[in-house]
Amino acid sequence: MALIDMNGIRKVYAVGGEEVAALRDVTLAIEANEYVAIVGSSGSGKSTLMNILGCLDKPSAGTYRLNGQDVAQLNELQLAGIRNREVGFVFQSFNLLSRVTALRNVMQPLVYRGIGLQERRTAATEALDRVGLSDRAQHRPNQLSGGQRQRVAIARALVTSPSILLADEPTGNLDSASTRQVMDLFDELHAGGQTVIVVTHEADIAAHCRRIVELVDGTNQAPAEQAPAELAPMEKE
Amino acid sequence: MMFMLLESFRSAWESIAAHAFRSCLTTLGITIGVSSVVTVIALMQGLQTSIVSEYEELGGNSLSVSAYLTVDDILKGKTARLTPEDLDLIARQVEGITSITPLAVIEGQSFVEIRAGSQATWALMQGTTHSYLDVQGTFPALGRFLSPTDELRRRHVCVLGEQTRKTLGLPEDPVGEYLQIGGEWLKVVGVMEERGGLFGASQDDFVLLPYSTLRRLGGMQAEINITISLTVADTVERDAVTARIRSLLRHAHGLKPGEADDFQVTSPDQLGDAFNRIGKMLTSVVAGIVSISLLVGGIGIMNIMLVSVTERTREIGTLKALGATRRQILLQFLTEAAALSMLGGVIGLLMGYGVAVAIATLLPDFPDAVIPFWSAALAIGFSALVGIVFGIMPAAKAADLHPIEALRYE
Repeated sequence: MALIDMNGIRKVYAVGGEEVAALRDVTLAIEANEYVAIVGSSGSGKSTLMNILGCLDKPSAGTYRLNGQDVAQLNELQLAGIRNREVGFVFQSFNLLSRVTALRNVMQPLVYRGIGLQERRTAATEALDRVGLSDRAQHRPNQLSGGQRQRVAIARALVTSPSILLADEPTGNLDSASTRQVMDLFDELHAGGQTVIVVTHEADIAAHCRRIVELVDGTNQAPAEQAPAELAPMEKE
Repeated sequence: MMFMLLESFRSAWESIAAHAFRSCLTTLGITIGVSSVVTVIALMQGLQTSIVSEYEELGGNSLSVSAYLTVDDILKGKTARLTPEDLDLIARQVEGITSITPLAVIEGQSFVEIRAGSQATWALMQGTTHSYLDVQGTFPALGRFLSPTDELRRRHVCVLGEQTRKTLGLPEDPVGEYLQIGGEWLKVVGVMEERGGLFGASQDDFVLLPYSTLRRLGGMQAEINITISLTVADTVERDAVTARIRSLLRHAHGLKPGEADDFQVTSPDQLGDAFNRIGKMLTSVVAGIVSISLLVGGIGIMNIMLVSVTERTREIGTLKALGATRRQILLQFLTEAAALSMLGGVIGLLMGYGVAVAIATLLPDFPDAVIPFWSAALAIGFSALVGIVFGIMPAAKAADLHPIEALRYE
């Protein structure tokens, strides 16, 4: 079974009494260790899809199985657990805790898993090592460059060994040198077996990925999807 | 649960330390509230300890009889005093008394003008006997005290308080000097040791005469009011002696059944009790005032926590994305509010103790400030409670944030 299995996902928001469909129909299967870019113009539903993928939000209709679990059936508490175990978030603006060190930032997700201080420190040090920042462990975010901050954020996402690494415009706030570093890191993680999903609107970022899912008007069911040859073509509407 | 509490304290400390100045300002209300209550408690406790121990020194076998009227009776215009006849009556008719000492003043003339050479002053004039020394636990610093012979012969002698001696411009050793009260000449035979001031009033401004001399000075018409100090042979007889005095005096004063006593018989522990009651009352009045300042402090904390939650909306969204549950966020912010408030409590405790020690040191003869453990625990516990109560609303606001909206917040 696929790691991510979405079927007929709809997401409807009520805006001023009127219902607006952010996602009309998304059917998507992502296997473990895939490297996927979700692309689309502004308003195409990328962010909504990412929120649902990351279990921050529930679909209005359709089924979503993550690692075999039907997310639609879960309550708020269980969703928090899923986010903690299955999803590693990387945000455009890093979202690090500014008042504590890089190491302490990376340790944070493990707190919610009830892991003791010593073990957290060990795991966080390892994760920082993986992103090549073990020498910056005691620096605060404002003492780090943008690229370094994003790598700390990636370490924080990795420290829980999540099923998917979910990055939302991860290079949106970075210069080209840092962008290259971060994308190289993603490539490396993918090569190491990590499932990586990147939401982006930049073509050269998407080009790093092995597969591109394009959203148009809240659906990926258009002929636009450029599926690599080994994948079965999606059903047509 | 313990794990989460510990982690919450860790993160609360981080965020308080990150805004150290702001945190201290925020918690100032709590600091002031706690420090003022701690100051008052520390001073009251010190005073209480010293007064209780002072009375305990007097022993459990002494009693004091004095004129006393209820507020009601005073408003009705009644007056009350213990007369020399009452003193005689008790001395003659009550058994089990080992010593009896009057401390008498002439009604309406308790303060008299004293002259020595060209100097004059007003001071408290009291008549007493030799056993005054035992009852008051005091000694003459110079010369001697009034002797039984002085009493018997109604000698014109007196003993001075140190302050009175100074005001009159008498030499350091005034024994043998003469002074004049109401046209009568009195020879100074001694000066009492200094007792210092209490609440700013000198306790050393007085002149003591033999009881018999005082009565003669007053003349036949003078109304003498006496406070009687007596000791009983055995502590167990104290209640019996008290009852006997009561019935004697009621009879002598012609009180009908149902009428209230116009005198009171008290023992040192009763005085101690009375002081304890006053102390408790004062403490609770201060506690009432302080609770208002804690309320204001609590609102300050609620306010800054609301600001903090808004400021950290994105952070809260991030934490939720990392897997924080609603309860974990709630606990974190609640702990932060409680920790902030407790910080104020601790600073207040230290400040209050400092102020109390300063006051106790600056005021002459004021007993040392004492902070009992319960008041420290109460101060910290109460401020934690204030933090929790006023932290609930901001913490709930944080916990209820929707992760997506929180993440999107600019």
